[in-house]
Order: sequence, then structure tokens, then C-alpha cells
Amino acid sequence: MTASGRHPGTIGAGEGALHHPDVDFPHAAATALADSQLRANLGHATATIRDKRAAVVAEHPHWHGLRAAGAGIKDDVLARLDVHLEELERQLQAGGATVHWAADATEANTIITELVRATGATEVVKVKSMTTQEVGLNEALAAAGIAAWETDLAELIVQLGDDAPSHILVPAIHRNRAEVRQVFLDHMASAGIAAPADLSDDPAELAAAARTHLRDKFLSAKVAVSGANFAVAETGTLAVVESEGNGRMCLTLPDTLISLVGIEKVVPTWRDLEVFLQTLPRSSTGERMNPYTSFWNGVHPGDGPQDVHVVLLDNGRTDVLADTVARQTLRCIRCSACLNVCPVYERTGGHAYGSVYPGPIGAVLTPQLRGIDTPLDKSLPFASSLCGACEEACPVAIEIPDLLVHLRTKIADEAPRYDLQKAAFKAMKAVLGDPDRLARAERGTAVARRVLSRSGRVAGLPVLPSWTTTRDVPDLPERSFRAWWAARADVDGVDGDAGPCAPGEGS
Amino acid sequence: MSSREVILGRIRTALADVDAARPADTAARVYASQSVDDVVAHFCEMVADYRATVHRTTDAATTVAAVLADEVVSRLVVASDLAADLLAEVGADVEVVVDDPGKGVGLSARDLDTMDGVVTTARVGIAATGTVVLDHGTGQGRRALTLVPDLHVCVVRVDQVVADVPDAVALLDPRRPQTWISGPSATSDIELDRVEGVHGPRRLHVVVVD
Ligand code: SF4
Repeated sequence: MTASGRHPGTIGAGEGALHHPDVDFPHAAATALADSQLRANLGHATATIRDKRAAVVAEHPHWHGLRAAGAGIKDDVLARLDVHLEELERQLQAGGATVHWAADATEANTIITELVRATGATEVVKVKSMTTQEVGLNEALAAAGIAAWETDLAELIVQLGDDAPSHILVPAIHRNRAEVRQVFLDHMASAGIAAPADLSDDPAELAAAARTHLRDKFLSAKVAVSGANFAVAETGTLAVVESEGNGRMCLTLPDTLISLVGIEKVVPTWRDLEVFLQTLPRSSTGERMNPYTSFWNGVHPGDGPQDVHVVLLDNGRTDVLADTVARQTLRCIRCSACLNVCPVYERTGGHAYGSVYPGPIGAVLTPQLRGIDTPLDKSLPFASSLCGACEEACPVAIEIPDLLVHLRTKIADEAPRYDLQKAAFKAMKAVLGDPDRLARAERGTAVARRVLSRSGRVAGLPVLPSWTTTRDVPDLPERSFRAWWAARADVDGVDGDAGPCAPGEGS
Repeated sequence: MSSREVILGRIRTALADVDAARPADTAARVYASQSVDDVVAHFCEMVADYRATVHRTTDAATTVAAVLADEVVSRLVVASDLAADLLAEVGADVEVVVDDPGKGVGLSARDLDTMDGVVTTARVGIAATGTVVLDHGTGQGRRALTLVPDLHVCVVRVDQVVADVPDAVALLDPRRPQTWISGPSATSDIELDRVEGVHGPRRLHVVVVD
């Protein structure tokens, strides 16, 4: 992938809506680190979900088999992606859906805008969809005079507060209840039914206010826009996995349903879902099963939308596919398990990653989708200590640390003057916060903290000195950085007695 | 060139390294359904764990009537093909509205919003996850029916309960619409506090019939 490999008009990965591409991860992280509420909320959220996930994963006797099968199925899909997509298209059409292909974000937005216009509607209801955020659909619709209402509670909070999501699963986790109350009181009225004047900050009351506000929209909506968690090639079945029922509302009540589906969401057979319907909820919310999963197959006469469209989106995914090493990134089912175990994410939150995809998956996916042209995107592969917790948690076994090193190498190959050592140092310094401590760690690990890139260049790794000696271990074990982190996760600030990681330890 | 051709072309170029005789799907499946000792008892336990109310009974009609009375339902909606005997004991004070979009008497979403509750059957129950699956066939109604009213009473026969997700997937027809339901609607979006009941039915009763 080269800079010239970007497709003209590509917006990609939420650019524009969230962050300035010239602000790199270390600077964005520094802003986030100054926000103690953010850190407290994130610490609580990630620890809670982490524990729940660990419990429901541990109780499943076949977890490792499911994880391997999930990875294997996704690899099968990717190896024959063209064949599966053509079959998906045939089956969707046989079910009465209209299939569109969008090479990039601009084309996806144009297609969807035209489809909405053709219905005469001036507003749409939306199910939470990272793919529509990736292409900046809401902004494109707004520019065409079409209001797009987010209906997931967290997305509603984000939208009404003119804010950006900070977590894949719980996008408004950076907000506390008092702020949510204020956002509802200030902004619901201009968007529809107002919040009750005596609204308290009790989450149940806040959820009830959202229910009332949105029910009116659901009952009158003519058009809905969704993503899909899975698309079954063999049968043309689409799936949306959710908790609140807003997805069911959008998929069922309007006359027209438009689903934007990344081309990597295809699975070959219906049976394959027996794997992902077990691994996704456990990895995402830490439940054995999420409250609601909907399946539909084009148009069902007398039941739900009778005008059904599916837009298949590339937007950089084929560039990822072309990279034989990083291709496995496309296995991702967006569960967010990697965020919740990541010591860097836990400290910085999602906004610092400057895209709709935060945390480890964002660090690895965004620079591939968007390219590595901007200071922000160049800095993302360094937003990691390479501790390996993400890979271990990933239900499709994506080797995230290996891929981050691969991307670092790529950056060096494309921009020979880019100082990898400095970039890695800067990123970890921003996250760890104390230059003195980091300097000591640097000196102590000067020899060990080196990784040879494939091209023979040296990429700096200030906090995981032993990485090179362990990269052949298939299931990454607990790492010292994590142990160090766990011991001080609830301590604000760092004092640096032990340094982030002693050389040779913990692998 | 259409974007369809562009994307498929990019994919083929990207996969130049993959063996030309592309292997068919070969993912290893070294897993099985979780075994469950007493499938029905486990199902009841897991459904209750997701804070739905579970009733195990040999007399579905009496239990359904009792749930509707407890929940003070005065307007009930059902699918036109719901077995009449399920409602045999429902009090005369409950108005039963039949939804039959096939015959042009489908309720609008706003009409559905005036209903207090819905009674349906189900297609499959999954013990390991406490899930009921509707495929919106006989007795289950179209999808909106079990979505808009605030109370869902779902009748599952014990012979419909399977151990785990793969057993259910094997029974289900992916060309039908499906709704998998595990407890009432829920959110943890505000400070990770779990709140039951956002948009789907806030109260879910599962009547398990021996
Ligand atoms: S990379 Fe793995 S753990 Fe992270 S969101 Fe994707 S599937 Fe989940």
C-alpha cells in the first residue's frame, strides 16, 4: 500500500468528524490524559467488562476451538472474497434486495443519499453502525438536507452532545450521568420530543427519556439505515446484534431499509454463525448472549421493510487484503475486547485514536484503511506497548502486536527519514506520562528493546524489551508490562520505581 | 467500469498470492455444543438469569391468563394463527386484537403502540444462553408484533428447547426472518449501569410448557 494507492475521494475511518489529521497520537493522548473523569470512567468500564468477559469465556469448554474456527472461517472468506461476494449478491437479489457496490466513502454516501431522496423522506433513523461512521454518512446526509437520527442510547448522547464516540461498545462512556442529563435537557427539544423538565440523573430515568424521545421517531420513520454484523453468502441473510431494541425498531418498522455492509462482513454459510453468535456476545458485552439478534433476508412479504437495499463497501478494505501480512485485520468482528484489555486505551480513551475505530484494532486498522500519510495515521501503530493482551482477548485471534510492528516497518520503508525510535518513544511517553521514568527505562533496556524489521531496519520498542525473543510463541503469554500496569492501574500518575518493564522479564 | 467490477478486480489482484485453485472452505471446527444435563431446567435458569420472568407449567392457558391479569393487560394483540386454546382462559375484560397483514388487517405501528401486550409461541429455546428464537412462523406474528408492545409473553414447549447455539442454528431456516431474544431490552450505556427496558418490550415472560 502506498500513498498513491488511496482512492480519490476516500474519506475513510471517520476523518473530519473526529480529529485533525495533523494532531498525532501522542498529542491527542496528552489531552485525554489531562481529563481525570475520562480516566475514571474508562477504568471502571474496561475493568467491569473485562471481568464479565473473562467469566463467560472461562466457563465455555470449547472456547479455544470456537476462537480457532472463527479465525479459520474468516480466513476462508478472505481467500475467496470475490466468490463469496458474488454469491451474496445473487442471494440478496433472490430475496428481493437491491445490491449496490461502493468503492469508497464518497460513493457510499452518494448512493445512500440518492436512495433516501428517492423515497421523499427528509429524515432517517439509524442503528449504531461503525461503517456508516467510517464513511461520515451523517454529515453527508446533513449536507443533502436529510436528518439522520442515531437511536442507540450512547450514540444519541454522542449525537445530541455534538461529541465523538470513545469506545466501540459503549461510545458515550466518557460522559457521566450528570452530563448526559444536561445533554438531554439542552438538546432533545430541538431534535424532537423534549426531555421532561424534572429529569433526574438516574440512568433508568435517562433511558426512559430516550425511549420516549425515540419512540416517536421510530413510529413515524419511513427510512432506516443500518450496518450488519454478518452477511451470509449462501443464503443472503444479514444479521444485526444489539441490546436495546433500537436495531429491531429500525429493521422492522420503516418502509425502506438501507444497510451499509463492509465487504469483509461476509461469511460463507449460515452454519458459520454458530461460531460467531457464541464468540461475539461473550467478547463484546461479556454476556452469554446479547438481548436481541435480528436476521433478515431481503424482503419478507407482509413483515418489515418492503424496499430493501444493501450497499457493499470497499473504502480501503481491498488495500488491507492486498497486504499478505496484515490481511488478517479483516477478520475483525468489532467486539471491542481488545480495547478493554489494552493498558494504552484504558489510559487515553478512544478520542486520541482520531477515528471511529479506537484502541488496538484502531491502531492497526485505521492506518491501513486511511493510509499512513498524515502525522496522526503515522503515529497510530506506535500507540501500543506491544504487550499482547489484545491478541489474547481477540475472538478471531488477530495477531495485533505483530501487525503493529509490520506497520511500523512499512512506515519506515515508505518514509526513510521517519524516526521510528522517536515515534515509539513519544507515544509511550505520552501515555506513561513521566519522562524521567521513561528515560530510565530507555537506558535500562537499550540493547534488548530492538526489533528488526523485515527490511533490516531497527524499530524502537521502549517498553517491551523482550518482545523479539517471544514472537514465535503462538498464544502470547502474560507480559510484564501488563503485570506492571495491573499493579498500578488505579494509581493516578506514575512514579517510576520499577520502570515499565525490566529487560528479559515476563515473556 | 462499474464499482462492482472495480471492487471485484481489486480483490482478485489483492489475492494474487493465493493459490489459483483456491481451496474451498476448510476452517477446522474443533468445538461442540456445550452439553447440558437437564436442558429444560437449565433453560429456565438462564432465561431467569437475564431477568425475564419464567413460568414452568403443564397448563399453558391458565398460566398465560394469570400473567396477563398480573400485568393488568387490557388490550392484547396476537397473530391470527395463534392457537386459540392458549387464550382459552383469558378474562373477558381483555380485548384481544388480531393482527393479520396477509388479509389486509395489519395494525399500523401507531396502533401497535396502543397495545398493552402480545402473546406468541416460539420456534426454538436455547438452554446454554437462555435465548428464545422466533422465526415469525405460526403463532409468532410478524416482527413488529413482538417489538412495539411493552409486554411480551412467549410460550415455549419443552420439546422445542435445545442445549446450545449450534443445535438451534441447525434447526433454523436462514431464509426466514428471525429474532433471537435473551431477556428484556437492556442498555449499559450510562456509566455501565444496567437498565432494563429501552426500546423493546420492557417485560418479558417466558412460559415453558411441559
Ligand atoms: S481486533 Fe479482535 S478483539 Fe479487537 S475488536 Fe476486532 S475482533 Fe474484537
